[in-house]
This record gives sequence, C-alpha cells and structure tokens, in this order.
Amino acid sequence: MTSLSRDDVAKLAGLARIEMSDEELVALSNEFTVILDAVARVQEVASADVPATSHPLPLRNVFRPDVVIPSLSPADALSGAPAQEEQRFRVPQILGEE
Amino acid sequence: MIRNSASEMASKLASGEITSVALTQAHLDQISAVDKDVHAFLHVDTEGALAQAAAVDAKRKSGEKLSPLAGVPLALKDVMTQKGIPTTCGSKILEGWRPPYDSTVVVNLKKNDIVILGKTNMDEFAMGSSTENSAYGPTHNPWDLTRIPGGSGGGSAAALAAFEAPLAIGTDTGGSIRQPAAVTGTVGVKPTYGGVSRYGLVAFSSSLDQAGPCARTVLDAALLHEAIAGHDPKDSTSINAPVPAVVAAAKAGNVKGMKIGVVKELNGDGYQKGVRARFEESLELLAAAGAEIVEVSAPNFEYALAAYYLIAPSECSSNLARFDAMRYGLRVGDNDGASAESVMNLTREVGFGREVKRRIILGTYALSSGYYDAYYGSAQKVRTLITQDFNKAFEKADVLVSPTCPTTAFKIGEKANDPLAMYLNDIATIPVNMAGIGGMSLPSGVAEEDGLPVGFQIMSPVMKDDRMYSVGAALEAALLSKWGAPLLSTIPALAGSK
Repeated sequence: MTSLSRDDVAKLAGLARIEMSDEELVALSNEFTVILDAVARVQEVASADVPATSHPLPLRNVFRPDVVIPSLSPADALSGAPAQEEQRFRVPQILGEE
Repeated sequence: MIRNSASEMASKLASGEITSVALTQAHLDQISAVDKDVHAFLHVDTEGALAQAAAVDAKRKSGEKLSPLAGVPLALKDVMTQKGIPTTCGSKILEGWRPPYDSTVVVNLKKNDIVILGKTNMDEFAMGSSTENSAYGPTHNPWDLTRIPGGSGGGSAAALAAFEAPLAIGTDTGGSIRQPAAVTGTVGVKPTYGGVSRYGLVAFSSSLDQAGPCARTVLDAALLHEAIAGHDPKDSTSINAPVPAVVAAAKAGNVKGMKIGVVKELNGDGYQKGVRARFEESLELLAAAGAEIVEVSAPNFEYALAAYYLIAPSECSSNLARFDAMRYGLRVGDNDGASAESVMNLTREVGFGREVKRRIILGTYALSSGYYDAYYGSAQKVRTLITQDFNKAFEKADVLVSPTCPTTAFKIGEKANDPLAMYLNDIATIPVNMAGIGGMSLPSGVAEEDGLPVGFQIMSPVMKDDRMYSVGAALEAALLSKWGAPLLSTIPALAGSK
C-alpha cells in the first residue's frame, strides 16, 4: 500500500504552488492512500514490452508559412490583467530585495 | 415551439413560419421561467443572442443562402472562449474574465449563424461527473431536481432537457458529453479526437479533451457536428481530413448488414438492473433493424479508469499551471512587498476548488521523479493496451456498444465525499477517450425501478464517426416507433415551464 504523509502532500502542494491549510493537507493525505491504491493497478499489466502511448494521434510537427496576420491589440491582450502599467502586465516582485 | 427538434426549428425558419428573433426570445423566456430551479446557465447573453438572431433574420430576408442551422439557438459550455463573454470554466479563478478572442468552435458557430444564448454550468475545469464541483453551485437534473445532471457538462445537457436550448456544445475528456446525455435523456457525441478544434477550449487534459455536439435528436447532433468540425491550423492536433458524412448517415439511419459488437467487459456486475434491461432491449431493436450482434472482449478496459486517473491529473497539473495570477483571472495577496510566488500560492488556494486541487496534487505526484515510471509511465502503457483492444474488437465489428453509465442519475450530494465512487460513473466512457475514437450516447428509455433515463453508447473507429450516427439514428427510429413519442415528451413539467 502506498501512502502519502501530510508532509509529502505539503511538499507536492508547494511544487504545485497551492497554499493549503493543515486540515486540507491531512484530508488529502488520507484520500491519497485510497486513490493511489486504486490507480496503482496500472502496474499489473504495464510490462516492459508494452510501448507507451502519450497521445491518440501519430503526431508530427506541424509547419505553416511564416505570414504576418493580425494579432491581439495591446489593449485586448491586457484586458484581463489583474494589474497593468505602461501597457505591460504589472506583477508582484519576482526576485528578493537583496 | 421550444419543444421542437433543432431541425424542425430550422425548417420553420427556412419557410418563414417563424423568425430567429421570436425563436430566440422563446428560449430566453424559458430560461427566465425555469433556470432558477435548473441552474443550467452561468451567463445568459440576452442582448447578444437577440442581436445575432436579428442579423440572421435580415440575411434571410435579403435572400442570402444560409447554413442548415442558421437562426437556431444554442447553449455553450463555459469552457469555450467567446470574445467579450464571461468564461469561467466553473471556477472562481476565472470569475469575471472576458476572453479577448473566440474559440474556433465559436467562430464556426457564428459562421453558421447559430445563435449563442449563453454559457452553461460545469464541474470546475471539467473535472467531475455531476456538475457539483462548479464554484457557482450545482445544476439540477430536469427529470428530478434533487438529482445530478451528470458532468462535467451537466449544464449543457440540462439546458436541452429543460427546453432552454435545442442544441448545446459540450467537451468530453472522460465522458463529460456522453454521461450527462445519458442521465438527462438527451443525445451527446464525442467526435474522433482531432475532429473538432481545441483552439479556445480551456485545456484540462490535452490528449483526451474533445469538443462535440449535444442535442435532443441524432440528426440534430449530426447537423451541429458538421457545423463545428473540420481542420483548424490553430490546433496542431486537429486532423487534416474531410469531416465524416455524419448528416447523411443520420438521415439514412441504415444498419442493415452492420456488425455491432457488444463489449463483454462493459456490462454485468455494477450495472443497475434497469440499465441492463434497456441495453438488451436496444440490442434486440438493432437486430430487428438488420444489424448483426456479436460479442467482443476488451480485457484491458478494467484498467482504463486507473490509467485515466493518472493521465488526466498529470496533464491537468501541467495545463493548470497557467493560472498563475499574473496575466488574467484572480489575483490574491498582492500587497506591498509580497512575492510573485506567494501571490500564486494564495491565489490558487482561493481560486481552485477541492477536486481541482486533488487532481493537480495527484498529477504532480504521478509526474515526480522516482514515481514517473510506476504511475504516469505505466498508465501510458495501459493506454496502448486499450487501443490494441479496440483495434482487435473493430476487426470483428463495425461499431461497439455498451450502456453509457452503470447507473441512472444519483442524488445531489450522494457521492460528493467519495471521489472513487464518483470516478466509477465514467467506467464505460473513459476507454473511448484513451484511444481517441468516437463515442455517442443516446436515450434508450427509462429504468423501470426509478423512472430515470438510461443511455446507450455507440463507439466507432477513428474518423468513422458516421457509423455511430447510422446506428444511433436506426435505434432512435426503432425506439420512437415503439414509444410513439420522444422520451423527453414524458419528462415531468418544470414549474413555470412554457
């Protein structure tokens, strides 16, 4: 049986950039014990000789001629911005003060 | 007028018996009358719909040649962008967002002069089978308001069953078009993957997501299918080939000599008695219509659900990374000095609901180093095995069939706290998405024990979507002559309904 501790879930939540309350972390950790047991069944038939399928279509790169076409105006592109300044997205600081 | 099929409405519009403005207004009136109880819509675009209808009427008056569904109203699942119209995906994180562009599906709808009434409710980011995961409250099944309308496209299916719209757009990642169709007594089609453009469809699981038509009849679904399908250079996974002739197939409804394969593994234990009874009856009707019924086996389907709940969360954990509070949507905690990372963390905590968080975390785990091969890698191998099962089965049969879901609609709240029980709803629909083939659900009657609709699923090989329409139309015709009237004519009347 695979299980994820509260701290394991906290680490995953950090990687996924989701703040979580202690209560939520504990609840998810309990649920994952059940869910991981169920999904781990895939290992029963996934032997080494079976190739993986990542996509239903045989995908190839798709190319097109490099033609200039109209794109979003700056006003349209910024229309959903939570904050903007001088025709740019204004975002919180990304690097520390030092 | 609102109880007609879309094709009947189209004929009346073409003959001048009714106008699109009157037809659109009649649907807006029905929405006003019943949607307080059904809650199929998240946004109704009264002004836009009436303006679009007036424009179609003017074109018709001037003698312009119009498309078959011109002037017929439609409900759009809130996962599709429509320029200037709120698009939330049932999530708080996109509350108030008005996309600056149209999805290709919307471009095609507008090109065909199909009138867009508004946006329909859904499980948040299409993750769910009951529409209970919408941040804006659940949609109620018009057959019984205490029950779920299926999900994630419960709003689109409920709008059809409540006569709020004769046509709707859905999207199907693991059954989100077909399962709602089954539990509301309507028709829903997941086309071949790549048959309809995903441009402007807010991505959940990119290798599984597929938009498709929802309607009350097989022919209506076919007409809508042809209106929205086709190659799109904006979607690199869109198939560059002619659209299968689904309208012709639906009009002919011919199954003489066709081999219909019953999937042994998608029946029996776990399937409700009344669901099985309706399925058997449909098989008899198809045999009587000239089809040959054969049994096929797909031994790896029993692993489909497990593989799906690794692949879909893995892809969603990556796709939903775009909701980062920087360029659009919700932003929380942007105080002086707050870092971008803390703003992201806080925004995603508040903006995402429980199920979305659960899947993002599960996907993050399945893709993490050290676990990748055991989970995501193994799931991809199961995907190969399922596709091989389908290929073998299609050597023996032209189409495959099964019940769409194991049960009829359950009560709202009944499975809300048990994710695994909820996931079981999609046991018969998920294999189709894994292989990228086509799938349809159409009503096969009601279960004797509870009087609720039961869906019949038809699956067809890649780009042979016309076959499921042939079988669907034949079964629909046989059932209609048995019942004497469409199934939805027996739905209990909603308070205030027109």
